[in-house]
Parts: sequence; C-alpha cells; structure tokens
Amino acid sequence: MADLSIEFCGIKSINPFWLASAPPTDKAYNVVRAFEAGWGGVVWKTLGEDPAAVNVSSRYSAHYGKNREVLGFNNIELITDRSLEINLQEITQVKKDWPDRVIIVSLMLPCEEALWADIMPKVEATGADGIELNFGCPHGMPERGMGAAVGQVPEYVEMVTRWCKTHSKLPVIVKLTPNITDVRAPARAAKAGGADAVSLINTINSITHLDLDQMVAFPIVGGASTHGGYCGSAVKPIALNMVAEIARDPQTAGLPISGIGGIGNWRDAAEFMALGAGCVQVCTAAMLHGFRIVEEMKDGLSRWMDQKGYKSISEFQGKAVPNTTDWKYLDMNYQVIAQINQDDCIKCGRCYVACEDTSHQSINQLIDAATGTRTYEVNKEECVGCNLCEITCPVQGCITMVPQNTGKPYMNWTQDPRNPRAENVKVVEAA
Amino acid sequence: MIESLSYMPKPKESNDSLAKNFTDLAPPLNARQAAIESSRCLYCYDAPCTRICPSDIDVASFIRNIHDENINGAAAGILKQNILGGSCSRVCPTEILCEDACVRNHDAEGQPVKIGLLQRYAIDNMQFEEHPFKRAAATGKKVAVVGAGPAGLSCAHRLAMLGNDVVIYEAKEKSGGLNEYGIAKYKLTDNFAQKEVDFLLQIGGITIKHGQTLGGNVQLKDLHAQYDAVFLGLGLGASKQMGLTGEDAPGLLAAVDYIAALRQSDDLSKLPVPSRAIVIGAGNTAIDMAVQIQRLGAEEVTLVYRRGFEAMSATGHEQHIAKENQVRMRTWAQPQQVLLDEAGRVRGMRFEKTAVVGGRLSGTGETFEIVADAIFKAIGQSMDETSISDPLAKTLKRDGDKIHVDDQFRTVLPRIYAGGDCVAPGQDLTVQAVQHGKLAAHAIHADINV
Repeated sequence: MADLSIEFCGIKSINPFWLASAPPTDKAYNVVRAFEAGWGGVVWKTLGEDPAAVNVSSRYSAHYGKNREVLGFNNIELITDRSLEINLQEITQVKKDWPDRVIIVSLMLPCEEALWADIMPKVEATGADGIELNFGCPHGMPERGMGAAVGQVPEYVEMVTRWCKTHSKLPVIVKLTPNITDVRAPARAAKAGGADAVSLINTINSITHLDLDQMVAFPIVGGASTHGGYCGSAVKPIALNMVAEIARDPQTAGLPISGIGGIGNWRDAAEFMALGAGCVQVCTAAMLHGFRIVEEMKDGLSRWMDQKGYKSISEFQGKAVPNTTDWKYLDMNYQVIAQINQDDCIKCGRCYVACEDTSHQSINQLIDAATGTRTYEVNKEECVGCNLCEITCPVQGCITMVPQNTGKPYMNWTQDPRNPRAENVKVVEAA
Repeated sequence: MIESLSYMPKPKESNDSLAKNFTDLAPPLNARQAAIESSRCLYCYDAPCTRICPSDIDVASFIRNIHDENINGAAAGILKQNILGGSCSRVCPTEILCEDACVRNHDAEGQPVKIGLLQRYAIDNMQFEEHPFKRAAATGKKVAVVGAGPAGLSCAHRLAMLGNDVVIYEAKEKSGGLNEYGIAKYKLTDNFAQKEVDFLLQIGGITIKHGQTLGGNVQLKDLHAQYDAVFLGLGLGASKQMGLTGEDAPGLLAAVDYIAALRQSDDLSKLPVPSRAIVIGAGNTAIDMAVQIQRLGAEEVTLVYRRGFEAMSATGHEQHIAKENQVRMRTWAQPQQVLLDEAGRVRGMRFEKTAVVGGRLSGTGETFEIVADAIFKAIGQSMDETSISDPLAKTLKRDGDKIHVDDQFRTVLPRIYAGGDCVAPGQDLTVQAVQHGKLAAHAIHADINV
C-alpha cells in the first residue's frame, strides 16, 4: 500500500487527514476518539483570551439536497467556550498520550501584540506541533474585531503573523477567510509576515434557509437569526479554486497549503492535493457521519495511489496546478462535441430540453411515427461543446464529450486574430 | 344473483377478522416514503408516463410538486385532468401504463417510480378549504347524464365546471359505478368511492337521481326533449353468457354480482362462501374474484382460462397477486359442461383442453373435471339489455355490441353523446372512462353553447 505519511511545513504526520478547528476538536474527549479512529492530526478548536466565549442555542442549520442529504452546513458557534487553562491542560495531556499525532492549536486574539506575546509560550509549553491563526471566522467574532475582520485586511494578517513568529518557534499556519475579493492578497501578506503555511478556506457568510411561517432564517435563536459560516460539500468548488489561486500565484509559490472545504472522501482529498495542498482538514463530513469516515478515506486514497503508481503523496501533490491557468491561455482551437450512446439512453429528454431552452438547439428530438418512441440525436454542426447535456443526463457515461481532430495548432486568446485587443495582451508561453 | 349461493356455508371467522383480509392491498406511502420516491423522478421532458396516461395527467409536474411539499398543487394538477384521480391511483393498472413507461425501467436500474402510490399520496393528503375548481359563469344550459360511474361523473363535473347544470340518472342506489360495486374490496377501501363522489359534487350544479333506469322508468326520448344534451355513460352492466346448459343453476353466478354483494356487505361473515370454487376468465375481474373468495375462506380456488398466461388480460401484477393468494391457475381449458348434483346444484365443471391449431383456438377432445361447490364466471361484460331496449337508445348505431361515437363522443343522434366502457373503441379502464367523460363534456359544451 502507498505511503500516506507526510511532512507539512516541518510537521510529520502519519497521514494527511486532519480534523479542522471546529466543534469536533473542542476537547480531549473528542480528540482522543478521533485519534483512536485513525486521524493523523487535529487543529484544536480556537482558543482565545479569558473569559471564554459564550455560545447561543441553537447553532447549526443545513442546506439540503433533493433527498435530505446535507449539501451545505452553516454554523453560528463562536470559538471555544471553555477556559484557556483547561484547554491547555488537555492539549498537553493528549499530546503526551499520542506523540505520533499532530496537534495544531488554533488561536484568536485581539490585535494587540502583548496578548500574543503572552499566549505563545503557553501554547508552546503544551508540546503542540504548531499554531493556526483563525483569521477566518465570519460570524460573531468579526463584530469584536477578530476572525474574518482581521483576515480581510492583509496588513493585519501580516502584522499578527509576524508577532507570532517573533514570540514563538512553532510553525505558524494562517487560516484564510474566503469572504474576500482576492484570496491571494491575504496569502501574500501571510507569507510576508513569515507564515510557514496557509490553510483555507474558512467558512463563507451564509443563510441556509428560512422558516416561512415565522419569517426567520435558520438557525433560530429566540425568534431571530444571524448569518453563519457555510461549509460542507457545497463549498468544495469555491475552496478548490482558492487553493489553486494561491498554488499558482508566483508570489506565494511553494508556500505549504492545508486544504479545507467540503472534503468528505478520498477523492475530494486527492483533488485538493493535486491542486497543491500538502494536507487536508475535515470537519463537516465528520460532524455528519462521525470520525470513522477517515478509515474509508485512507483506504480509498492509498488504493487509488497504488493504482496510479504514486508511492507517496508528494508524487502527485500539485500535479494539476500547471494545468490550471488563466482563461486567456486556453486553446481556442480545441473542440469537443457531445455524443449520445443510444444503447444507454433512457429517453428522458432532459438533454433535449436543456439544450433547446437554454443553450444552442443542438439536440434533435426524433419521433418514430409508428411507435411514438423518442430518439435524441446531437446536431454536430450546432454543438459548441458546452457539456450541459452531459451534466443533465441522469445516466453516467451515456453522453460523452468527444474531442474533435480540428487539425489546428494550439492558439490562445492572446494569439487569436479575433481578439480585438490582442496587441494589448502580453504573450506568455503557456506552461 | 348472490341468492343462488344462499345454501352455502358462511365463513367461520368473524366480520372483524375477515375485514383484516380486505384492507389496503398496497398500503399508502407515508410522508418520508413519498419524499424519497418523488426524489427519484427525473422530471423527464415530453415524459413517457404522461404520454401514455389515458387521462393526460402531467405526471412529472405533480411529482415535482409533491417533492417540493406543494401537495395541493400536486393534487390540483392531477384533478384538473382526472377528477377521479384518487380512485384511479388505486385501480389503474399502472404496471402497463405510466409505471411501464417510466424511464427508470431502463436496464441499468429496472425500478420505475411508484407513480400510482405518489398520485394517491397527493390526493389523500390534499387539504382544500373549498372545492379546488370554480364554476364558470352560468350558461343556462342543462345536460342529462345517464350513469353515475366514472364516465358520467367525470362528464358531469366538467360540464358543471364549464357553467352548465347537470342531472345524473343512476339506476343503482349509490353513485360511483364500478368503483362502488365492481372493484376488489382491498383496492378501494374505507368507502373511498362515496367520499370521492361527495368531493366531486362540491363543485355544485350537479343533481343525482338514483333508481333511474334507462329503458325502465327513464326514456331517452324524454331526456332528449327536456335537456340541451344527453351523455350516456352506461357502462357494461350485463355479464356475458358461456352458453352452456345449467348456467342458471344454483351455485353458478357472475363474478361481478358476487363482488358487488361483497363490497356492499356490512358483515362479511354473512356471505355465502363455497369451500371449493372455480373462476372462469382471465381478466382483472377474474383475479379479483378468485383472490377475494380465497380471502373469505374458500379452501380451493381454481381459475381456468382457455389460453395461456401470456394471453391473459389480467396484468402480470394481477397474476402475481393471484399466485400470492394461493389461487390455482389452470390454462388451456374451456368449459364444456356444468356438473350438477341430484338437487340440481353445481357440483363441478367439465373442461375440454384446448390448443391453438392453425392459428385458431380449438378443443382437443381431451376432458377433465374439477369438483367445486360454486362457479364464478368472469368472461366479460356487455351492455345491459334493459338500457338498450329503450326505443330511442335502440336506434343508436353500434360498433359490435358497443355504441358508436365519433371523435367528439357524438352518437349518430344529435345532442346525444356517449363514453366510457359502453363505447368503442375502449380498453374498459376506469381512467379511460374518466377521460371520455371529460372530453365529451368539452364537446357537449362547445356544441350547445354556440
């Protein structure tokens, strides 16, 4: 079986699966259960200054799919509501009992250097492997000048990171908020401040749904609600993009990335790592299914690696980054056309109506005069290769997008004679 | 009539105990099951289930409404096309209609969406404060409808909705036709047929007169003179004859007559139940008969059909129900002689084996006997003699033994229309009768409101 062990910004881990800073890592009891289940590490739920935060009831809500599967998850819980002392004691004990597992301590404090200078030695004394700066919590804490309120200002990110590096030898991971226009700015700031790594994404500002009788959003707290932080499967595409943005940014190239956001199985994890992540953090999937999911994640990842011949994670880490580029470097001469496998087609007509109503009218509906049977055929002349029919088709593999041999060479938009501003685009060799 | 079995033993079990054998054959979906099942619908475009539905119900749309928790929207969508959507969801042979057409039958999955049960869920759980359909402005026109079965009720409801007044003439004591008298008890439970009629009448403008028999105390020429139009939804009230000696002997009767008595009985333990019974026929009525008599306590029930299983008009689903209920099925045999005991009562039947020779079914000459205390014939229905003895009805053009109508359900006589099982062509399905009634209503409305 493939070797799943990693070294992430100098921290060795038996596998790349860590639990993110969140309710599952709030106390020793949970963390020990996680380690027993096989997680490689945890990021302990964010510690802050005493007195500890106080939480409300209720706290979570979900965006459901068609069959009540949780697509997205929303929470309004604050950082730990237990005292700093208890948390530090428990961290010390668990680290002592589980020396081969990673414990990262998440921290959130006001932007005052003295506070950071005070807490760093205390964290270091626990034996923890590193710290993660919570610059991403989007609910509650920003109202107090912390969390995302810091993460949204690159100057603050750099400043606090530098304080931490000044007052501790521990590796510092900066956790980034996605509630920002360009995630590269805070990543660059973290690097400038001396960060050893970044982790992303934290949760996204969200309201999942409403009670239309009471006219209030969920989760409901005494007849009112507030926006929360969105996570779970639904945010994976957003997280993948942000990870890729940082991975392919020349200014942050090589900065270790811990991938977070909707990871629930080995494939999700492999995707984050292919886009540059060195390890992944999981929360929502564990909250929905329990810690045992790590078993299937490890098994699936190592079997896939064996199948592909990857002996270690570093062999495929970042492999998809060179293939992630700007739109302007895509090949204008590339062409795919939909092909419907008539043997697999169940004649639901979804591809037809999708294309007819909302795309390029490139699927024909043929009605057999005698039997009334419907057949759907692609009109190759009209098909632009948008993938919509393949996406809406309920039968996997029935519609395939077939690359056409156009006989034309690679030509991107900067080279395209149809580009009226081509002369203004700096031509860069595609990777 | 059932009196011909009066000498037979009564069930040993009590009414309460027997009633348990006649609860819902297919239990309704609960909310969670409906949510899961509705999520399986692919919301096909130009959906095959809708194309095959004899009453044009937009299946994909009502299922999407169920999933989106818009139950009244789902019900309204069904009822708009089929005001008897509740009974159709229970009695429709969905296995040869919408559920057979469902794209999820495709090889890769082989499991259609349970459309019938979802339709039932929508209708059973709708909650309207008032009737979901409003009547159009009054036209001042009056239409007579003969027969309060599915065709007549559907026609009356649509005519009323379009602003016309309707009087229904029904021979029997209750409305509902076969839904009330002819469907297996476990398919339509809890007095559903009457509840559905009550719901339908909420629209207003419809009067039902019971005990009114065409050709008896009602004359078609009078209706023709008194009303702007007449719709005949006569159904097929008479059971076909086998043409054998002894067909009127005690112990032999039409399955539909027994089923009617069973459905109307308020004490099942008082029904005569033969210990050994033969059912002749291969349609859904034959299956309903065989299964019900078995459930009432008959020890040996044999269904005999002159052809093979594949030729049975009872669907595969129905045949399966029969097998599950220990009904013995004997194919390739036709009745030859009713066997009577000394008292002249049925003691069995002699059958001749059959085979297809040169494309034609014929007897092989080889015979066998089945001992039985009762014989139920379910070999098909035809129009009731009384109704077609009406002087004016007699002049209606026929197609075979059914009334001829054009594509607007007009008979050859002006302002007289017909639909349901009594017209040709027909599949003799409830859902089709409802469709006939609905379409005929539109034709009538257009013709009399020019």
